[in-house]
Amino acid sequence: MDQLVTEKLSKTYGGSSMALQDVSFSAPSSGILALIGRNGAGKTTLVRILATELAPTSGSASINGIDVVREDKRLRERIAIVPQEARTISWMTPKQSTLTYLMWRGFEYSEAKKRAEESLARLKLDKYADTLNRKLSGGTKRKALAAMVLASEADIIFLDEPTTGLDPISRRDFWEILRELAKDRFIFLTTHYLEEAEQLADTLAVLGGGRLVAVGTVPSIRGRIRYQYSVNLPAGSPVPEVAQGEVTTGKNGEIQILTNEDEAFAISKRLSVAGSRFSIRPVSLDDIFFQLVGESTQGEHEVPTPGADGGWSA
Amino acid sequence: MRRSHSSQVLASILVNAVYEMKNYPINLVNTVLSPLSFLVVIDFVSKGALIGQAIEGGLIMSMFQSGMSLQGDISHLKNDFKLQDMLVSSPASPAAYVIGMAASEIIYNLPALGILIVLMGVYVHPGAFQAIELGAALFLMFLTSITIGFMFATLSSDIVQSFAWSRLLTTIFTAITPVYYPITYIPFPFRYLAYLSPTTYVAEIMQSVAGSLNLSEGAVITDWAIIGGLAAVLLVVVSRNARWKEA
Ligand SMILES: Nc1ncnc2c1ncn2[C@@H]1O[C@H](COP(=O)(O)OP(=O)(O)O)[C@@H](O)[C@H]1O
Ligand SMILES: [Mg+2]
Repeated sequence: MDQLVTEKLSKTYGGSSMALQDVSFSAPSSGILALIGRNGAGKTTLVRILATELAPTSGSASINGIDVVREDKRLRERIAIVPQEARTISWMTPKQSTLTYLMWRGFEYSEAKKRAEESLARLKLDKYADTLNRKLSGGTKRKALAAMVLASEADIIFLDEPTTGLDPISRRDFWEILRELAKDRFIFLTTHYLEEAEQLADTLAVLGGGRLVAVGTVPSIRGRIRYQYSVNLPAGSPVPEVAQGEVTTGKNGEIQILTNEDEAFAISKRLSVAGSRFSIRPVSLDDIFFQLVGESTQGEHEVPTPGADGGWSA
Repeated sequence: MRRSHSSQVLASILVNAVYEMKNYPINLVNTVLSPLSFLVVIDFVSKGALIGQAIEGGLIMSMFQSGMSLQGDISHLKNDFKLQDMLVSSPASPAAYVIGMAASEIIYNLPALGILIVLMGVYVHPGAFQAIELGAALFLMFLTSITIGFMFATLSSDIVQSFAWSRLLTTIFTAITPVYYPITYIPFPFRYLAYLSPTTYVAEIMQSVAGSLNLSEGAVITDWAIIGGLAAVLLVVVSRNARWKEA
């Protein structure tokens, strides 16, 4: 099966601290891989290295056996990217943008034009096809950028935060399109919307502070974290005694206890007896993210090695 | 798939000349106006005596401007739209991209060039051989300025910085240097400074071809050698060192 493999990938920008540190993992290069992490976690750095835009400081990576550094020309035949900070060219229309992008990839004018029109229709942008980019809304602009690369023949597509700035409805529309397109392409996207990752990802990779914190399917990552349950109490409640787990207070004062199943039920029982208000639920991806990244920034987490997680080995 | 290089060149021309002109026709006025305004001033001040030099100066400035615009345009597309990142991660050929961008600058300058060439015919009336010499000198000027412009573009990381550079270079290389007037007007110690600018050599060649400057054959050959050599060296340096992908 085709794989994306990275081996101790590191990047240091001109003497500053490490943006990526020994990132090693392997994952199937099919369907959708969502890379999540906070701002500054190193998502863009990793994407740019994989997309042959940026040279790693050390380590290596390959996609479907093609080395991203040594065989960059060969890989470029198959990839396309929408960078995080890409913007549609203000003096052009979505149709002109897509047409010329395809021509830069080497398509003849007529073929490029046909593909551009198809791609814009698929993203429901046909009614904006001939409107100047600068007159489009922010969300439509981002979709127009996606239409450019999705019109191409590339079967490996990198989208760096493609849905940032889209309203919730457009975002859901966009997910539909990505799911459809991922049937015969590999889509590598970054996001800081956990819901998006959960909805879309065949593979999830979590970055924290330049290190890879977890990689696998959403259920497999869920199974790997320490605390599977969350007990929540309203603001101002007295904090119950917790033998095992982590207690945090949210912005609005709500108290959250992340803990294991036994402890969660023990706490619940005590709270019920005392007549306190509370809720109990399995952890959300949000909680998982907190557990993974919260700890990793304190440097406690080990970097998963390829093969650490059944099914994702090299 | 078979990838068409001519398509890649055409894409650059569409984006940077055709579509841009359609939307900002005012830019066209700019490219026509700046060489012509110098020409008019020189013509008035010299009471018509320097009209030939002024036309040649306009042509040189227009060629030099092409390189500086290339610099501004490539930087703009790279830094503000991240276009270059999109093209690096694609099978686009860097050479085709740049050749198309350079061609788009010439296309942008066609109206100005057209007017200047007509004026040249009317006031200087060069013969066929002289016309070829003038054309060759201008082509070398174009190559030199395009390579300088491209080099700056690949080094620039923001658009403000790159605009500042192009303004500075245009002033130094076309307004101060003896492009619009003969070098013999410059008093001596300063004359050597003028030879630091590539535009000076092209101006000397053009002025001597048109007969407004008396140069020994040796001096003319030296000028050709210097500007030709410079263009060649710059082409090699740029093709070796230009940054397409980030380090
Ligand atoms: N070009 C650059 N020069 C210097 N530091 C950079 C550069 N790009 C990113 N960084 C730094 O590298 C780290 C990771 O950044 P980035 O990969 O952009 O993270 P993310 O995309 O997850 O927000 C950050 O600390 C950022 O400041
Ligand atoms: Mg980023």
